[in-house]
Amino acid sequence: MDWQAMALTARLAALVSVILLVISLPLAHWLTFSRRRWTFLVESIVSLPLVLPPTALGFYLLMSMGSRSPLGRWWTEWTGHPLAFTFEGLVIASVLYTLPFAVQPVAAAFAQIDPNLREASATLGASGFRTFVRVTLPLSIEGVIAGLVLSFAHTVGEFGVVLMVGGNLPGITRTVSISIYDHVQALEYAQANQTALVLLAFSMLVLIAVYGLRRRPWAAAPIA
Amino acid sequence: MRWCVLVVAIVAMFAAGSRFMPVSAQTRRALTVAAASDLQAALPEVIRTFERHSNATVTVSFGSSGNFFAQIQNGAPYDVYLSADIDYPRRLIASSHADASSLYQYATGRLVLWTRKESGIDIRGGLRSLTDARVMRVAIANPKYAPYGRAAEAALRHEKIYDAVRGKLVLGENISQTAQLVDSGNASVGIISLSLAVGPALRARGTYMEIPAAAHPPIDQAAVIVSASSRKPLAREFLDYLKRPDITEHLHKFGFAAER
Repeated sequence: MDWQAMALTARLAALVSVILLVISLPLAHWLTFSRRRWTFLVESIVSLPLVLPPTALGFYLLMSMGSRSPLGRWWTEWTGHPLAFTFEGLVIASVLYTLPFAVQPVAAAFAQIDPNLREASATLGASGFRTFVRVTLPLSIEGVIAGLVLSFAHTVGEFGVVLMVGGNLPGITRTVSISIYDHVQALEYAQANQTALVLLAFSMLVLIAVYGLRRRPWAAAPIA
Repeated sequence: MRWCVLVVAIVAMFAAGSRFMPVSAQTRRALTVAAASDLQAALPEVIRTFERHSNATVTVSFGSSGNFFAQIQNGAPYDVYLSADIDYPRRLIASSHADASSLYQYATGRLVLWTRKESGIDIRGGLRSLTDARVMRVAIANPKYAPYGRAAEAALRHEKIYDAVRGKLVLGENISQTAQLVDSGNASVGIISLSLAVGPALRARGTYMEIPAAAHPPIDQAAVIVSASSRKPLAREFLDYLKRPDITEHLHKFGFAAER
């Protein structure tokens, strides 16, 4: 069992989930409640990783991180090392890749809130922020948790992007999915199987948690 | 309703496609080849001339030799397997997944240091130049399963700089991904195959420095016919074609040393 890869993946997924939580709350709020006509354009961009093959995203990331791109050169000058093959590089890639999985459940939960409740809060003099913290967030907490859990799980399951920009460094960029691939490539099927089984059990648990969470509002809602 | 129409239309399209495809395949004989990715530059020309020569259609998949090995063991429908490491075809023969009589060592791979022209890194000093502080990342193929990766690690150890360079190593999944990590400007220098360095894609963009063959065990490359192939006569024709002097010469030009 590759414990180092497990620990690295857990660290990566936890960090990415927290970053995505911070990004997805305001973003989902804006997407759901903004009256601007072009919110659908932003929504499309956010959802892009759902349909874009990881290899396409990996290719663009590789090109923009390298010394051939201004962005890559700027990062190297600023930090003294290139962004590819580093943990930070992987975090950035994963945040982009997992964004829709964080934003969509939160936005869906926001959209289900009775508008009267938010309006009542505003009428009673609460600021927008206070309404968000006291009304919107508590009423959509299940969506927020679902977003958090899905972000974590999706980052754990990431493969194509990591293969393309990771460089397979133990403890830095060799995640569990890469470790399984390595074992299979080296024809070490027993080790591949061990790690894959752990992932299988983990993924099943995550999905049970997510669908279990989703059941509660149904049970509470009156059936017409 | 609208969805049903769409689904029916898509299914019909695929059905029509699969009906038409075999018609063109029937007139020409077909062959599928699994080839190590170091052949990416050299093989297409060989395939083109062979197709004309034998009135056949050859489909090539490029990838890592180890991947193909596992796939063939599990019944992948390839007729011919060109491996960057002769050990894989030998093991397929031992497990009767490949025909022993067909084994043919077509070349020996050569290793080079490669960097992009504008990287400003001088690799004329050979492997020792990797210890230069300006060389931040060195890309090699994964030594755990890629033949060129194993050879690269052996060469670094032979030169006694493995421990000095170890912290700079990043691993490509196969030799062409390794080259691409350098070509995209993410790694400063790569240890790749000569065949890719002199290929049309990289030749103009970078410079290379050969690593002496004595620095690592030979990277013997071999072809073999898959036992389960139903197109063995054509597969044999293809292997015979590979043995022609002009083809050997062509492979030589593309950085494969002749068989020792």
